[in-house]
Amino acid sequence: MTDIFALEDIHVAYGKVEAVRGVSLSMQAGTITSVIGPNGAGKTTLLAAAIGLLPSTGAVRFKGEDIAHLGVEDRVELGLCLVPETRELFGEMSVVDNLMLGAYARRSARRRMPGLLDDVYDRFPRLAERRDQQADTLSGGERQMLAVGRALMSEPQLLMLDEPSLGLAPLIVIEILDIVKSLRHEGVSVLLVEQNALAALDCSDHGYVLESGELSFSGASAALKADQRIFETYLGGL
Amino acid sequence: MSLDIALILSVDGLAAAAIYLLAGLGLVLVFSVTRVIFVPFGDIAVFSALTLAFLEAGRTPPTIALVAILAGLTTAKECWQLIRQRNLSRLPRILLAWGALPLIPCIPAVLAAGRDLPPAVAVAISLGLVLPIVPLLARLVYQPIADASVLVLLIASLVLHFLLSGLGLLFFGPEGFRTQPLLRGGINLAPGLFVSLQVVLMIATALLLALLFFLAFEKTLTGKALRATAINRTGARLVGIRPSMTATLTFGATSLLAGVVGILIAPATTMYYDSGLIIGLKAFVAAIIGGLGSYPLTALGAVAVGLVESFASFWNGAMKDVIVFSLLIPALLVRSHYSSHSDDGAEEEV
Repeated sequence: MTDIFALEDIHVAYGKVEAVRGVSLSMQAGTITSVIGPNGAGKTTLLAAAIGLLPSTGAVRFKGEDIAHLGVEDRVELGLCLVPETRELFGEMSVVDNLMLGAYARRSARRRMPGLLDDVYDRFPRLAERRDQQADTLSGGERQMLAVGRALMSEPQLLMLDEPSLGLAPLIVIEILDIVKSLRHEGVSVLLVEQNALAALDCSDHGYVLESGELSFSGASAALKADQRIFETYLGGL
Repeated sequence: MSLDIALILSVDGLAAAAIYLLAGLGLVLVFSVTRVIFVPFGDIAVFSALTLAFLEAGRTPPTIALVAILAGLTTAKECWQLIRQRNLSRLPRILLAWGALPLIPCIPAVLAAGRDLPPAVAVAISLGLVLPIVPLLARLVYQPIADASVLVLLIASLVLHFLLSGLGLLFFGPEGFRTQPLLRGGINLAPGLFVSLQVVLMIATALLLALLFFLAFEKTLTGKALRATAINRTGARLVGIRPSMTATLTFGATSLLAGVVGILIAPATTMYYDSGLIIGLKAFVAAIIGGLGSYPLTALGAVAVGLVESFASFWNGAMKDVIVFSLLIPALLVRSHYSSHSDDGAEEEV
């Protein structure tokens, strides 16, 4: 089976400092892959390079084709989508406008706009209640829901989530990760970057551990959870 | 001052306000989407006025040559870029978009030269000719430095203004032109208060275009995409909104606004190749009152600038520009009082 997405020997540098060094990973369609690691390991940088926000060397393959030369907008058009740690919502616009803009780049999504909006409202009923409210008046959890909802509006084939649990109450984290898990059944592949290693491994099929810009472990999430070294380093403290 | 005079001055002021409203909308639009302070706005308005004047006089407008040169330069630059990127598959699209498309409005202009044209046709040809100028200039000048700081972009704008003003002298010559009024006659609103239909046309056009802008921004997905780019550029890129597309659209809309300003102002004021700067600067005062971000406040600023200018020219004609620009001082004082200063640094980081 062809991988839906693969990174091959990715290097990303901020000036002379190399934040990601030779990272390779691959994921199959309809699976959830998590990348865990401590603060500053290069997880966010890796995702920014994967979507094209940061220049990188190495190959970025989507359905087998190298898309490393494409810009962010072209990658979004192909079906990649990143929900960054900073959410990057349109604060002065309403919830519904934010969601509609999620479908902007994908022609098929634009055509199915009303249906997609209803889908998002079904998943996040709180967004339906706040549809006319400005995005910057929402609570942290609602903003995260809006960011994920906006991403889903593009009908992504690969959804990249950067720290979706950051700064959120535990109940909301569970709610959001439940929705992430449900995406698997709809054929959406998810690349999940999390500091909350236990939560990430719990909801993913496969996991990678990133340390100081390099991969140190990889394997099935259940196996990683059972691995004594990983348990002590990342999960023992939880 | 009697009430009659005050009313006449108010009508004059509102006519001027209509011009500053359109120009101010253009400046705010360009700044909010691209962070460019578009100083040459007035120069483009002058090009449109002088193009109309040439058409009315039965002469071939030199704007055709200007558009052709800009299209040639832009196409060459774009092709060179593609060759360097070894991405020749996009070549036909580039040739069509930057080489052929901008030249389409030149065709009716060439055909119409020397003929006696109905005013509406001459206006349409002038607007069509001016329309590609700003997108072409933006692609040539601003796009390569799109990520530069606001200051660098401002310096580029100033250079562009001087360049365009020089080109105006080269192409149109030093003499001034005034075009025929688009509407003749007028209405008596009250005894002693005669309002010409040209003034009514100016105010009505400004209000209509402002309304169209509002609807386009609020109701269409493309309008929302422009707003989104202005609010959060990274967020916009992450949903697939291309900065180059929004910039071209924005500059196209600005070109059209500048064209309309030129057409509306030319029957009332003799236009020279260098008349543009003062129009742009006064609109800039209106835009500053709106904080270079708020359309309603810019409209309010435009009304203030128009009325102050009109009354100031009655009291002391020589000082009217000084008085108008003095409006900046209270506007900036109030703005600096209410705005948070930490924004300054954040803006540069964009």
